[in-house]
Amino acid sequence: MGAFTQWFNERTPGLGAVYTKHMTGYYAPKNFNVMYYFGSLALLVLVNQIVTGIFLTMFYTPTAAGAFDSVQYIMRDVRWGWLVRYMHVTGASMFFIVVYLHMFRGLMYGSFKKPRELVWLLGMLIFLALMAEAFMGYVLPWGNMSFWGAKVIITLFSAVPVIGAQLVDWIMGSFVPSDPTLNRFFALHVVALPLVLLLLVVLHLGALHEVGSNNPDGVEIKKRKGPDGHPLDGIPFHPYYTLKDLVGVGVFLIICAIIIFFEPTVGGFFLEHDNSIPANDLVTPATIKPVWYFSPFYAILRMIPSKGWGVIALALSIIVLFLVPWLDRGQVKSVRYRGVAYKVALTIFAIVFILLCAIGADLTPGWIVSIFGPNADITTIENLFGRTLVVLYFAFFAFLWVYTFFGLEKTKPVPERVSTHD
Amino acid sequence: MADESINKGRRRFLTASTAVIGGAGLVITAIPFVETWLPSARAESAGAPVTIAIGKIEKGQMIRVAWRSQPIFVVNRTREQLEWLPKQDPLLRDPQSNESEQPKYCQNATRSIKPEWMVLIGICTHLGCVPDYKGEVKPESFDPNWKGGFYCPCHHSRYDIAARVYDGVPAPLNMVVPPYHFVDDTHIQIGVDPKGAV
Repeated sequence: MGAFTQWFNERTPGLGAVYTKHMTGYYAPKNFNVMYYFGSLALLVLVNQIVTGIFLTMFYTPTAAGAFDSVQYIMRDVRWGWLVRYMHVTGASMFFIVVYLHMFRGLMYGSFKKPRELVWLLGMLIFLALMAEAFMGYVLPWGNMSFWGAKVIITLFSAVPVIGAQLVDWIMGSFVPSDPTLNRFFALHVVALPLVLLLLVVLHLGALHEVGSNNPDGVEIKKRKGPDGHPLDGIPFHPYYTLKDLVGVGVFLIICAIIIFFEPTVGGFFLEHDNSIPANDLVTPATIKPVWYFSPFYAILRMIPSKGWGVIALALSIIVLFLVPWLDRGQVKSVRYRGVAYKVALTIFAIVFILLCAIGADLTPGWIVSIFGPNADITTIENLFGRTLVVLYFAFFAFLWVYTFFGLEKTKPVPERVSTHD
Repeated sequence: MADESINKGRRRFLTASTAVIGGAGLVITAIPFVETWLPSARAESAGAPVTIAIGKIEKGQMIRVAWRSQPIFVVNRTREQLEWLPKQDPLLRDPQSNESEQPKYCQNATRSIKPEWMVLIGICTHLGCVPDYKGEVKPESFDPNWKGGFYCPCHHSRYDIAARVYDGVPAPLNMVVPPYHFVDDTHIQIGVDPKGAV
């Protein structure tokens, strides 16, 4: 140990111990597969969003009169401004791709089960904060889709009984989305929510490192320890997993670079065309739809014929995810050793989620016309299709509880040690 | 000298009372911060109700006023216009205004408080253009059977004289009726519901 390091460590009680505990002394299961990249990638994207966000803040004007022009100024006049903004925009969508895969990994390998319920709950809170952060960030460029998206989403709160109308005015600070709305969204997007996100990420990792990582076999490695007191199936996070994650980072950055440099709008999915028009409170875009990462939940809202019930279903579709650790009573964690019905249900659930995403993104009318011909009754077919998907979405959670609570699941024996290929 | 034994009851009382009073203080302090988010005086004056004198509007005539930077149409409907209203029902997309937006007290056959007075936000529900008032019951170039109403020049959406949208045009819904009430026989106020209305 160098003299400086020693001098430093003597004056920072605990800092060296924290590093050891979470890096070189943190033993993670040695059988992580490709699904285990997405946690560290989410952290990488968070750093990207903070750094590019700080630079965007230096050139952005948070006023209804100036916001749209300042974004054009960043895109055209600020040196490398387009790159910084495209990194931020691409980062937002990639954040959700990575987080959705991270959550799916949790469902696959039962990472939400005892003793990791709190890790899952904190992760869900991160997801909520991320949705709020993304929504407010989407409003800031003050394009026409920003404006109408904000109006539609904020107006959802009018479905709240008794105080609904006042609640909408309270959120907007006015009677239409305008300067007060933009200013408070800017403050929340740039200061408040990033602080909340960082705190939640620290808690999420802290809770994870207390109970230890799950793995594709769902075996608790802490049950079998070697004479040195470390798990037999564990390897130190640093250097083993830091290096493994760097491979994931390399692949991920290549994909991001391709998007940023060749197709930053991703066909209108990452950046919507209607948002290249300044906000206009008299002209509604042809279809108002949220960015792709909200569209599964938006589809649930849209497919329910009543506004009040639609909002309730939308809220339930997210609340039910919080409850997964208590809905799933099964003892076996990993999908590798779970009953066949769980594998089928999880696959259907993933497909339903993607199809709901397509409905929310308004892709279905085109599909219906190409399948049933130009005279097809688009609304009826879409409603039938979409409502089936909504039922299937919630049916997954009902199935999960019935299947495990009544002991209908036929599981395979779980091995004592993690399975490896060596 | 002091009694060294611990009075647990007193400790619990002090802890609880400190927590309750501290918590109450926190809630009270939060109120001003929460209330900063309510519409400011500037936003409220921009969204303030508008009172309109309607005494000089002739039968069949329409005036426009601005409320919350939106065009408000006020039409003094003729008996002839009103007589055609129920007969349009089969041609309309949402004749009962079930999907459309209006205060509860205006969800009726004439979409108004008093049958002759139509008040609406003159914004086409398709893409937000401002439709033209074509009040006369006479053949028009866009519709030989025209019975009076509103016609949007942008994408040819047509509405009847109660601003109900015809079937087969791009606009999905009837035009919006704002909250309003009659101050007296010759004045209406836009933006405030009638007393006792829900």
